[in-house]
Amino acid sequence: MPDTLERRSPVALYPQGPPSQPPLAPRTAPDERPARRTLLDQIERLEQDLSSVFVSTWPRQGFEFSVASRGGPRLLSLAELELLRDDLATRVDDARRSLSDRTYVEEKHRCRIEEMLLAPEEHKWVRIGNDDIGEPGCKHWHVRPRMGVLGILMNWWRVKISSGCPLAKGPCAP
Amino acid sequence: MDSEPDLQVGWVDHELADEFPDLALWTVRVQARSGRSPEPVRDRLGQLSSRITGGHVIHMRQDPVPWAYRVFWRQIGLDPDSTRTPVEQIALDRLQWGGLRSRNLLDDAITIATFETGVPVVALDADLVGDQLGLRLTGADELLGGSGRPLAARQIVVADEDRCLAVLSGEVAEERGVTPSTTNMAIGAIQVKGVPRISVEEALWTVTETLLVGG
Repeated sequence: MPDTLERRSPVALYPQGPPSQPPLAPRTAPDERPARRTLLDQIERLEQDLSSVFVSTWPRQGFEFSVASRGGPRLLSLAELELLRDDLATRVDDARRSLSDRTYVEEKHRCRIEEMLLAPEEHKWVRIGNDDIGEPGCKHWHVRPRMGVLGILMNWWRVKISSGCPLAKGPCAP
Repeated sequence: MDSEPDLQVGWVDHELADEFPDLALWTVRVQARSGRSPEPVRDRLGQLSSRITGGHVIHMRQDPVPWAYRVFWRQIGLDPDSTRTPVEQIALDRLQWGGLRSRNLLDDAITIATFETGVPVVALDADLVGDQLGLRLTGADELLGGSGRPLAARQIVVADEDRCLAVLSGEVAEERGVTPSTTNMAIGAIQVKGVPRISVEEALWTVTETLLVGG
């Protein structure tokens, strides 16, 4: 591309010498409104994503959804909006990844419960609870020997399924 | 009630209106006094309380109106998981305390209206504030209520012609708020993007109706 590569000497650029004044700075500040509008829309979408992940994680514990406050209520600057958008995006990403990891482990536990039910003697003493499979409540599956010590000696094993949480008792139970 | 309350839409500072075109403050003036809530209001609070469950609270942030306020909280620099939106705060209080406790007629009316509609409501003493209420940004060295705590510059506040009356997240200036001697109240509701006007009107009507029926 000869036109692009051609180098022009300063004399060719300024035949009457270089200009005495530098070019004038723009008098109007750039309009931030379109950028701000875009950022606000992105924050809205990310908040929606974060809410969806939050609802999907329930009743699991141990997830972090908090994104630090910016000292509001006030109008945030463009840079602050960008930072907020980035923090939200990171938080959504982290939460999704954590949920994905957790559901993978839960699926493994569900498979293991099926295997325990099919062949309890191959999973001696294994205990899996509802929280291991992402369900609310206290139910658990526990591989235990039939008839105590005799079951251990004879290799008689079974899966005991708990009946769930203990019933609530009122303060004035009869 | 004989007739519908006369709702007015307040002014919004142009910079705020540019940033949030759907932001609005709706107000209504009511001649009523607060005080101990009568039995029907306390019953209603109890019925409301029995409708709030853990699952309901979890899914609340996906309901359109509470979600709209969550987004707005986020956009104005608040973390809705630490500075809760009013409707989420009510729901969490219910879970924490096992019920919605009656405090006084005005607070109960606001609790009922906010939970039923999701719209935050603020109440001021109408005799201590100007005629025209609106939303604006604070300037330098402004005090909440004119003589209260200092406010940071460019905070979003409910204001009248002369002074800031309340911070948007809910803090009301003590000297402009409703007291037991208040006889005229100015009730305001904040509308944001995604919140239909009918929800805002319903919030104000609910407060007004509860105050007039219970007072």
